[in-house]
Amino acid sequence: MSSAALTRVMTLFYVALFFAYLFGPLVLMGISAFNTEKYPTAVPWSGFTLEWFNKLFNDTDLVRGFQNSLIIGAGVVVLSVPIGLAAAIIMSQLHKRARSIYYAVVLSPMLTPGVIIGISTLVFWDRLGTALDAEWDTFFYDGIFLSILGQTSFISTFCMLIFIARLQRFDRAQEEAALDLGASHLRVFFRILIPFLRPAVFAAIVLAFLTSFENYNTTVFTIVSESTLTTVLAGKVRLGTDPSISALAVLIILITLVGATAIELRKRAEERKIAAQLAAEKGL
Amino acid sequence: MSRVSDFFAEFIRRNGVTISVYLFTAVIFWIAVLIILPQLYMLDFSFRFNLPPSKIGTEEDVRTLKNYQYLLFGAEGNPNAFNWLHLEVFFRTIWAAVLVTILNLVICYPIAYYMTQVASGGKARILILCLILPFWVNEILRAFAFRILFGLNGPINFALINLGIVSEPVEFIKADVALYTGLAYAYMLLMIFPLYNAIESLDHNQVDAARDLGSPWWRIHWRVVIPHAKPGIASGCTMVFMLTAGALAAPQILGGPSSLWFTQVIYQWFYTGGNWPQGAAYAFVLLTACIVFVLAMMRVFRVSLGEIAK
Repeated sequence: MSSAALTRVMTLFYVALFFAYLFGPLVLMGISAFNTEKYPTAVPWSGFTLEWFNKLFNDTDLVRGFQNSLIIGAGVVVLSVPIGLAAAIIMSQLHKRARSIYYAVVLSPMLTPGVIIGISTLVFWDRLGTALDAEWDTFFYDGIFLSILGQTSFISTFCMLIFIARLQRFDRAQEEAALDLGASHLRVFFRILIPFLRPAVFAAIVLAFLTSFENYNTTVFTIVSESTLTTVLAGKVRLGTDPSISALAVLIILITLVGATAIELRKRAEERKIAAQLAAEKGL
Repeated sequence: MSRVSDFFAEFIRRNGVTISVYLFTAVIFWIAVLIILPQLYMLDFSFRFNLPPSKIGTEEDVRTLKNYQYLLFGAEGNPNAFNWLHLEVFFRTIWAAVLVTILNLVICYPIAYYMTQVASGGKARILILCLILPFWVNEILRAFAFRILFGLNGPINFALINLGIVSEPVEFIKADVALYTGLAYAYMLLMIFPLYNAIESLDHNQVDAARDLGSPWWRIHWRVVIPHAKPGIASGCTMVFMLTAGALAAPQILGGPSSLWFTQVIYQWFYTGGNWPQGAAYAFVLLTACIVFVLAMMRVFRVSLGEIAK
């Protein structure tokens, strides 16, 4: 075998090994969701069952956690997308030296461990509540409110980065032209800037919601006496003996596959459209 | 001072009053109420005694170094010179996070390089999709998958026993094998993509030129590809280290009975220990360690914060 061919075989072997590491554990977990064994395991295979899915939908803790996750996700989207947008616009207008200090401050939540963001949020509102003699049932001690704020503090950074990337391609001449023609600032904002940013707004909403939905490290501290899907899951997994968790994983993976395939197909269709347009222009 | 007021005048002229108010309110709320004040309160709280709510604000509520002393020297009357129990957990966490980061770099570099080599529209996109898919699955479920994989009755033990390699199941979870492979797996994407982006921007002619001039493959990587990928390496390593050192779910789910992660100690102070100021002090120590690491990476790789966060 020549050395080039050997390199090629080695490379492919490594790539195959890597993807086995990436997908193997998930596939085995998927299989365990359908195995009749009482303990979640893929082997030995003792028979096919859908019992675990049934058990999953009757689990009131999980359902309640899921609902809270949806509420928190919505709250985070409502706060972090406008904050991220505002932060990106200010970033684009700052002068050089102020910009680097500002950038360090607004990036810091991304480089801070999630547990610390959770703890600082919890402590801050708790101290504030104590200082103001607030009652126990006020928002200072409300897990859902605290989780929204804690998550917003770092998810806003993600949104900001999405908007910064898109704003770099924005041509300010459009804004100036509209202002010169007598449009108000509000009109320019809603009729020129926002439509230009629409893909970024969409991406930021999706990212903010999913990040919030997934989050554990921050939420586990800010959630106090409430629960989310991830905190309920973590509790169950630590006790660790129920295949209905695998069943939930299967559902999540299926939704992911469908979503990802949809995005991929849309991209393909768009590319074909652009290719067809180019071909038509050449034909002229 | 006049430059600052010039800036505001220009800002309002450019954006209008309403939009300016929105921009400043949103960003000041974010920076002050969500980022800076909570950190300051946590820092202040870490210097306080653990008092019941009724005594907070009274003359008993004074500052103390007690919480930090506890991490270093343990409770009063501790027979040892230092609080080895917690210090060991702290240093083990940092050391393990460094190892996991290096392991991640070693695993991901070839894949990132391979991806840039096959980068032609469709194939590259399918590869990227395959990389991203597993990371949409919840962090906790991913750790759970490793627990199934490495369990006493799990597939690996099943295979080892049936192949006659071992006679008794191997306790992978107790030996922390599951924890380290699970942690390396958890944040892989944050290593691959910065590496991929950095390597992709390399002009491939440079690699070809080095090869034509007779450079062996390892020297091409060492002298051409890796120096070019430096910002990507710094970015990936920083993110992976920070997330690994701050991980909570994976150690809770995959950690053996004898191996605590530092975040778990913090968690205990808040939940079972009921001593929040003590937990805040420990959290601040962890935060400091992460900041030191980020600064060290910036110095070693000579990159800016902006490049790390890309």
